[in-house]
Amino acid sequence: MVVPSAAESRGALAQSGENMCSRGRVTAGVDRVSARAGHPIAQLRGVTKRFPGVVANDAVDLDLYPGEVHALLGENGAGKSTLMKILYGFYSYDAGSIHIDGREAHVSSPLDARKLGIGMVFQVFTLIPAMTVAENVALYVPGLPLMLDARSLGKSLRALGNRCGLRVDPSANVRSLPIGDQQKVEVLKLLVAEARILIFDEATRVLAPHEIEGLFEIFEMLKKDGYAIVFITHKMREVLACADRITVMRRGKVSGTVRGSEATEKALIELMFGGSVPDQAPRGVRDAAAGDCILELRGVSTRAHGVGIGLRDVDLAVRSGEIVGVAGVSGNGQRELTDLALGLAACTRGERLILGSNATAWGARRVRAMGVGFIPEDPLGMGVVPWMTLAQNAALGDVETYSRYGGLSIDWQHVRRDVAAAFAELDFEPLETWVPVRTFSGGQLQRAVLARELGRHPRIFVASYPTRGLDVRSATATRRVLAGLRSRGGGVLLISEDLDELFQLSDRLVVLREGRIVGQFLPQELDRHTIGHLMTTSGDGHE
Amino acid sequence: MSRRWATVYGVLKGGWSAAVARYAVILTVALIGYAAVLLLAGKDPVRAYADTFAYALGTRYGFSEVLVRMIPLLLTGVAVALPARLGLINVGGEGQLYMGAWLATWGAITFTTLPQFLLIPLLVLMGFVGGGCWAAFAGLLRARGLVNETITTLLMNYVAPLLVGYSVYGMWRSREVGSAAFPQTVAFPSAARLPRFFGTRVHLGLVLGLIALFAVWFVVERTKWGLKMRAIGGNPEAARRLGIRLGLYIVVVMFIAGGVAGLAGMAEVTALHGRLRAGFSPGYGFMGFLISWLAGGSPPGILVMSFVLAIVFAGGTLLQISQGLPFAAINVLMAMILFVVLANPRFSVSVLKRALAGKGRQR
Repeated sequence: MVVPSAAESRGALAQSGENMCSRGRVTAGVDRVSARAGHPIAQLRGVTKRFPGVVANDAVDLDLYPGEVHALLGENGAGKSTLMKILYGFYSYDAGSIHIDGREAHVSSPLDARKLGIGMVFQVFTLIPAMTVAENVALYVPGLPLMLDARSLGKSLRALGNRCGLRVDPSANVRSLPIGDQQKVEVLKLLVAEARILIFDEATRVLAPHEIEGLFEIFEMLKKDGYAIVFITHKMREVLACADRITVMRRGKVSGTVRGSEATEKALIELMFGGSVPDQAPRGVRDAAAGDCILELRGVSTRAHGVGIGLRDVDLAVRSGEIVGVAGVSGNGQRELTDLALGLAACTRGERLILGSNATAWGARRVRAMGVGFIPEDPLGMGVVPWMTLAQNAALGDVETYSRYGGLSIDWQHVRRDVAAAFAELDFEPLETWVPVRTFSGGQLQRAVLARELGRHPRIFVASYPTRGLDVRSATATRRVLAGLRSRGGGVLLISEDLDELFQLSDRLVVLREGRIVGQFLPQELDRHTIGHLMTTSGDGHE
Repeated sequence: MSRRWATVYGVLKGGWSAAVARYAVILTVALIGYAAVLLLAGKDPVRAYADTFAYALGTRYGFSEVLVRMIPLLLTGVAVALPARLGLINVGGEGQLYMGAWLATWGAITFTTLPQFLLIPLLVLMGFVGGGCWAAFAGLLRARGLVNETITTLLMNYVAPLLVGYSVYGMWRSREVGSAAFPQTVAFPSAARLPRFFGTRVHLGLVLGLIALFAVWFVVERTKWGLKMRAIGGNPEAARRLGIRLGLYIVVVMFIAGGVAGLAGMAEVTALHGRLRAGFSPGYGFMGFLISWLAGGSPPGILVMSFVLAIVFAGGTLLQISQGLPFAAINVLMAMILFVVLANPRFSVSVLKRALAGKGRQR
């Protein structure tokens, strides 16, 4: 089923021929939209979606208005993304209805959604890095002409970008663009494809603080043009900064919708958690004076692998009873730093010391045997064997302990006992041990890896983005565990993009940029903006 | 269900009925295709098939010959299936088989005075080490991150027969009266001949093959080493981070796999030929790859598929005589089977299922 206005605009587009994304057409679209301001552009009524064993959306009602930023707030697993994927035609729904422009719409595929003017920016971008901005956008232009006129396309893109605050060089290679600009290209794609409803799924996750502000400015411009924006997030601060209307979801249901101007943090938290607010994790206060150095890097450089970046002259020390936070935009050497700490990468220069011994030449096995644990940036890809069960993955964490008869057999009872004990100790909800871990949700998987690694009571813990993908409850529990490890004399190297988390937990902060440590601070010496700029500005005349 | 099919080891987990259905579909389609080829060649496919099965399963001699053919297929199948658990693709069964035979031959013609109870274990060891070292070299290059093991094992397949050829044309060439015309070594001493059973040509290799199959299954599924191997195969990144020594496992597993293939070569020359000949293998090593793929790596599957392909091999010999078909004609059937496997039997099974379900609904 096709909405007439969308059909008209596509007809106009086909006629406009070579000038695919002219400014005039966008304006026309805007007039069309704003003429109906006050009426919702999209109405979801009683939308229900069941997955095996769970109701992801339970009779959800939602109205999206043109010219508004509508934030969908909720814990991970509350059903925000599912709901939007239903609207985008990614999932089918079991009950309920969707109306676009007052007419019932059957969105059964993303193609249908795009025809209806619904566009989505995913967490993981769908750009082709080897192509230019213009080429990437051109892929989304409906009715692309046989011959591409790169110049006129670039010109109209530039015009559209200027209008909407999405300034990106159309001839630039996407690969060379910073993440923030890549996101702009994603938005441009949607605008060119005549989307009127723009859905942003956790759009700020990959952005530095000033880039987030840039995104909110873009939201403002798009609002003025009458676009309806949906912003999925679980971060309170961002919701309060940009939303006109906030819908809070909890366990698949809408627990309330409030106007952005009337919302308070306290009220939103109550809606999110139904009154039972999770405990605050401990502040970053050192319990005792930090002890001996347990992990130390002295002037270490590493070789760059592939598209990665090598570390250069890194000096870093983690003492026992200390959490050292590493701030930085990902891709600036975080992966290399953790690989180095875990013994996966070799130093081309400098020394690595673990618990006072020179560990420069040690491999991953020896490092791990010394009591080093880790949570990787990508738990499914780097931490577990996806098709193995939870018990098997747990056994892999410490094979020798569970071996019987010299390794001819494995004591699975012991493994299961330890898994249960670790989950209980961390205050995580227990998981089935015989289930292949690839069937777990992101949060469950994160908990599984944390339980395996922390169950060994490591002396040194290398945590990459430990709370990414966790709901607030589990995230709080995880932070509490890290703090607990510190108070027992362990040392934590905490790599995170979440500045709140870094400030909250760290005893010391270092900033990593282009493989170098560009600053070392105590958290109280620094504010978010200084650190944000330190993370992103190129200081040494590079480029 | 469809995801089950996708996993290489899904055959067992998909249940027996699913596995049997899969094999049945593969073989039926391949046999129908081959029947068309036979028809084109002016032969009678029905009679050819009837002859083959009557010979292979209906006569004592035929059945024993099937078992004889099955031995090298079983061993080389294991040699492919084991590294597959680590995500390694060993296509070098043929070369490893030749090298096992080569080193065992050296043992047999050097230690001619040893008694049988010492010489046989020594030859088994030689065969294992010969094939093992040949494969371990490829494993080492892979572990060092230099060359992919698929390339090296494949290319080394062409080197090993040449090395055997060089030996039997040169330093090891028999000077015996009457046999000097052929490129072959002297006959091995009788102490170097593997024991045979039941008055047939079925030899000790069958026991070795069954032991290898069971041992590999046990190690992979039950032991801590197997757990680590499966971890490497399932996610090498995670395995590395958990302190598993990937390089060591790759080299050792390739050594063992090559060793098992080497046993096949050793058994062929010591039990059947009694001397080393150039080009003694009609491609058993390559068949091992086919078997492992058909079986989806599952041990019972390897047993069944090596038996089935042994029937094809034995049938090839028979058809040569009864229908005047060249032996190479069975390669067409092998190719058909491989083609059906690659053409995704999951598709044919799911189509079948849908057709049945559709019928049910109409009723």
